[in-house]
Amino acid sequence: MEFFSPVPATIGGVLIGLSAAILWIGNGRIAGISGIFGRILPPTGPVRWRLAFLVSMVAMAGLGALAFPGLGVGGPGAPAPQLIGDPLWLAAAGLLTGLGTRIGNGCTSGHGVCGLARLSLRSAVAVAVFFSVAMITVAVTGVV
Amino acid sequence: MSKDNNSLSYVATAAVSGGLFGLGLYVSQMVDPLKVLRFLDVGAIPSGGWDPSLAFVIVPAILVAFIGNRFAKGLKAPLFNGHFHLPDLKDIDAPLVLGAALFGIGWGMSGICPGPAIALIAFVPHNLLVFLVAMFAGSFAGNHVLKWMTRRPAIA
Repeated sequence: MEFFSPVPATIGGVLIGLSAAILWIGNGRIAGISGIFGRILPPTGPVRWRLAFLVSMVAMAGLGALAFPGLGVGGPGAPAPQLIGDPLWLAAAGLLTGLGTRIGNGCTSGHGVCGLARLSLRSAVAVAVFFSVAMITVAVTGVV
Repeated sequence: MSKDNNSLSYVATAAVSGGLFGLGLYVSQMVDPLKVLRFLDVGAIPSGGWDPSLAFVIVPAILVAFIGNRFAKGLKAPLFNGHFHLPDLKDIDAPLVLGAALFGIGWGMSGICPGPAIALIAFVPHNLLVFLVAMFAGSFAGNHVLKWMTRRPAIA
């Protein structure tokens, strides 16, 4: 398990959990990224808080890499993240990700973190389905 | 205190939350599609090539969010808004399962879920724009698929 990094993983997970807790306690909103960006597109919900969330998310990912370099990919002195597959493969993957998270009303954050934290049965089903299908897809396509 | 969707405290809370999320994605290295794929690659468990890191991200995230939820149960309303925006969907229905399955295929193909897809903008990796445009198009199309699916009467 040469790539296993339990300490940064756990710290990052706590930060993501705090993000979800703050958005729920402060604004009564679920920190589900597919829902947040999906409702910036028409038919839109309130846009300002969603844009603030997303812009800040990008900025802090970048600033995090400047402040804590060398955790892996991203930032100065580290390799850039690599997207796997040619453009057509990535377009198909992106399309399925956008379509699936809209139809299923959530992704790894909305169902995976927030939904399971609310003990939602719907989210538990969604998480079981997308994790197992993703594992099967990796096994079948052999992208790793 | 203003409790509308555009008050300064409301938008600032969203920015703080988004910032913690982005920082968490970088620190945990979930912005690395290959790291995510190495988690999903459970076939590598016997050879010792499996990377269980993603589980060490999502479990503490769920626990902290769970504690936040418990705390919120003591509140009549969120601090900066009139009410909690719970999803009004309750049923385990076809769109939920189909959507999760389609997302699972896309995630397994790329190792990129929506949070990292957007956070990766910070690092401008090659071909990210292709993925993002496709993801937005898919989400937009999904609205219409969802409308079509939910308008049909249930078969069973």
